[in-house]
Amino acid sequence: MSQRYEIRFSGAGGQGLITAGIILAEAASIIEGKSAVQSQSYGPEARGGASKSEVIISDGPIDYPKATIVDACLAMTQEAANKYATGIKDGGLLLLDDDFVKDTPTGNFKVYRLPIMRMAKEDVGREIVANVVALGAVVGMTGVVSREAAEEAVLRKVPEAFKDLNKKAFNLGFEKGKGLAN
Amino acid sequence: MAKKVALLQGNQACAAGAIYAGAKFFAGYPITPSTEVAEELSNELPKVGGSFIQMEDEIAAMAAVIGGSLTGAKSITATSGPGVSLKQELIGYACIAEVPCVIINVMRGGPSTGMPTGPGQSDVMQAMWGTHGDHAAIALVPSTVQEIFTETVRAFNLAEKYRMPVQVLFDEIVGHMRERIEFPEPGELEVIDRAAPTVGPAEYKPYDATKGQVPPLAAFGSGYKFHVTGLNKAADGFPTTKAEYVDAEERRQINKVKDNADDIVKFEEYLTEDAEVVIWAYGSTARSARYAVNELRKEGVKVGLFRPLTIWPFPEKRTFELAKQCKAIVVAEMNLGQMVLEVERVAKGNCVVVHEGRVDGEPINPGQIAAKVKEVL
Repeated sequence: MSQRYEIRFSGAGGQGLITAGIILAEAASIIEGKSAVQSQSYGPEARGGASKSEVIISDGPIDYPKATIVDACLAMTQEAANKYATGIKDGGLLLLDDDFVKDTPTGNFKVYRLPIMRMAKEDVGREIVANVVALGAVVGMTGVVSREAAEEAVLRKVPEAFKDLNKKAFNLGFEKGKGLAN
Repeated sequence: MAKKVALLQGNQACAAGAIYAGAKFFAGYPITPSTEVAEELSNELPKVGGSFIQMEDEIAAMAAVIGGSLTGAKSITATSGPGVSLKQELIGYACIAEVPCVIINVMRGGPSTGMPTGPGQSDVMQAMWGTHGDHAAIALVPSTVQEIFTETVRAFNLAEKYRMPVQVLFDEIVGHMRERIEFPEPGELEVIDRAAPTVGPAEYKPYDATKGQVPPLAAFGSGYKFHVTGLNKAADGFPTTKAEYVDAEERRQINKVKDNADDIVKFEEYLTEDAEVVIWAYGSTARSARYAVNELRKEGVKVGLFRPLTIWPFPEKRTFELAKQCKAIVVAEMNLGQMVLEVERVAKGNCVVVHEGRVDGEPINPGQIAAKVKEVL
């Protein structure tokens, strides 16, 4: 059977993590021609509280559309880390926002930290692109899709006036993410 | 030329399928988890010369859909269980008056308002028996985003061909998840339009059984004038209590579906040939089941999947054959036992029939299904 790769983005509602998941799924399925399914937590908890978006990527058809055992997880807030940094496989990856997650979830996975919100605000110039920084970091860290495919998917999603900003955000995240895993 | 592709939610694919099928009118009232169907059609219908109207409630929306269809416009509404409950009186009206229309039900839990944001599959019996009186029903249950597109097209085709309401039911999981969809080119999928009258306005009778099991339906505004009612009626559409008319009409309306079950019933099988246990599942649960089949096959368990795309009329023939062939059927569905009743009825004691249900707002996962299969092996 073909290999499934499961990624979970989690954080506070409104941080754009559902969008990050959609962009990753587009990079995999529309640009790279793999199979991808994106789903998200839905309902009251998605507004203000902890929210998650899951993407499953595979070379073959994807039957069960929800996460079974997570290969890579991102948590942008402590609440999200507590709630969603679960079901990560042995040797899997967990990326935390260094400023917002103080208590590190424990398990047989590798934990990495990056100040994602701070990078967006100080290095890119806008906090609003934190989701794209995070996406870049996850792609750099996992290599689940190519850098080019992910960057193209980001640029397809944003209006002309914000292309440079998002490109900068993605590439900064990618470099830092790649540096962590190697 | 490469086909147009997109990453779409199931609800968006449903709207795209409706446009492909030639839908020209939507009336509805927004309700989670179906709202994106209305949202998308409010954007797309005007582009193809169609109309979108948000009504004051679900009941009025269903009435508008019937009215729209009687003018010849392919008409659709989208809702969830609570909305379908409200529409029942008018669904019955569409059955007896024989008005083609498509009703989308993106299923959440219930009864009543239940859990708006959680998935459910507990409206599958309602799709058949929600409205009172003897009547036929057609209900389709897609399980992928691509299939929501194609089954929505098929729903319109069946509605037009058999001149009746057709329901498409999918759960919140398939409605909201995003998957890649390939848009069929125009002409690639069959699109059926209702039969036009073969006689002029003076001789036209809207329920003339001599014109076939499904008499042609004229469009209001095209010069044909006829009477439409929810009462039992004669061939000319006017109410009657004459026993022979009432009986013949009732039977014709049931038989038009019964006699054409092979045309309407659609299903898919996966590794059922040598299966000792068959999982019987639909919608998103069928995806869990297929995953479970693959896992169990690795362990040498002879298990397969029967996945209906049509649940009404019920896929009786094939379910009966499978019951004779296998030791047990596991019916997995997000309710506490609905389709399992039909499977039991049709299996006629030829095999063990067990149910695996879930109603906590979480999907039935592959492990849950696999455990049940092992229990009955």
